[in-house]
Amino acid sequence: MLADGALFEARSVNVWRGDRHILRDVSLELRPGQFLKVVGPNGVGKTTLLRVLCGLLPAESGGVFWKGQSVSQRSDHWPVELAYLGHQNALKGDLSSVENLRFLNGLRVNIDIDSINLTLAKVGLLSRGDLPTRSLSAGQKRRLALGRLALSGAALWVLDEPATNLDSAGVALVEQLIAEQVARGGLVIAAAHQPLLDDAVYTRRLELAA
Amino acid sequence: MSLAPTWQAARLVLQRDLTLATRRWDEAAQPLIFYVVVTTLFPLATTPDLSQLRVISGGVVWVAALLASLLALESLFRSDVEDGTMEQWVLSGQPLGWLLLAKVLAHWILTGLPLVLMAPVVGTALGLPFSAWGTLMLSLLMGTGTLSILGGIGAALTVGVRRGSVLLSLLVLPLAMPLLIFGARAVAMAMDGESPSGPLQLLAAIFFLSLSLGPLAMSAAIRISVEN
Repeated sequence: MLADGALFEARSVNVWRGDRHILRDVSLELRPGQFLKVVGPNGVGKTTLLRVLCGLLPAESGGVFWKGQSVSQRSDHWPVELAYLGHQNALKGDLSSVENLRFLNGLRVNIDIDSINLTLAKVGLLSRGDLPTRSLSAGQKRRLALGRLALSGAALWVLDEPATNLDSAGVALVEQLIAEQVARGGLVIAAAHQPLLDDAVYTRRLELAA
Repeated sequence: MSLAPTWQAARLVLQRDLTLATRRWDEAAQPLIFYVVVTTLFPLATTPDLSQLRVISGGVVWVAALLASLLALESLFRSDVEDGTMEQWVLSGQPLGWLLLAKVLAHWILTGLPLVLMAPVVGTALGLPFSAWGTLMLSLLMGTGTLSILGGIGAALTVGVRRGSVLLSLLVLPLAMPLLIFGARAVAMAMDGESPSGPLQLLAAIFFLSLSLGPLAMSAAIRISVEN
């Protein structure tokens, strides 16, 4: 049964890689306006867990549920509610920032140039919107990838090490974006090594142990 | 908010790949250059006598087109898988097969269509009579289209393999043999003044078979490679 008020839920997820039992009975649930921080040492399975939660990797047992419905049964609304930021930024170096956002976000929902520019201003890349992204620095590319999430309008964000390559202002931007998403009643799950909104009232921790 | 219509998503993929190609036109032009060079080499290596060249002209154009369209295939999905774009496509909620088919269509417009349009020129240089132009172009139109889809399946299967080009050729070439046989046969029949409709219809049948099953195979293969 769906726990009271929980929008997103994972129940006893198990994943093996070869003979390694990576995820053992991982369960979690999230209500609107909550931020779940997944912590643990390198190689413990944080990325694997996030990929299972998105549906990129099938769990060997257990299930992932959105509004009480299993995400493996493909429905039209689940993909629109989910935004995933992996290790890779999913940017094309030969395209400009504006084109990257248009070609990727446009697959899911209709977007217009005004909202793209608004997003670029938010992540501090408005003046570079027409440059090919291969000329951006690693941190700026990460900012652009974060902009893709902000533009997505998704209810659930799944972030894998969102603060990689970012300066202190960039980390503050990540915190601000997460805080805004949570304030809208959205859900955020992030794997992170560095402090990220650790003292906020809506932050919860999930510790993965080897 | 609701999901954008599929045709719109497929159009964006097509538009994106064509935009990318305009910024990397040297890569896109590679198969065409290869095609022209290979067909030019034949008279040099064999004989400049047009009456002898004419006999092999249809076959030469077809072999060159087949090899040229294999050239750019290996990298078809690789960059999208490596930079994380493919993950986003899988998660986009759009039918993956349609997005991949749009990508293959872009690939065909960039590499297959130029071969078809160039065929009369290289054919004439080999002594191909004017009467066989139409058959040559029509057979290549269906042949390169089928090759792009077959190659898309092969590229999707080998995307996780380092230096998979040899494996890709081994996978695709046997499947491409019927195309070569029927295509070259159609051109030969047209040159002899017979009706080439038999081999052309077989080519069309193969094209529609791969068009209908190809997207399913491609999306299944890509999903497996994205899981890793």
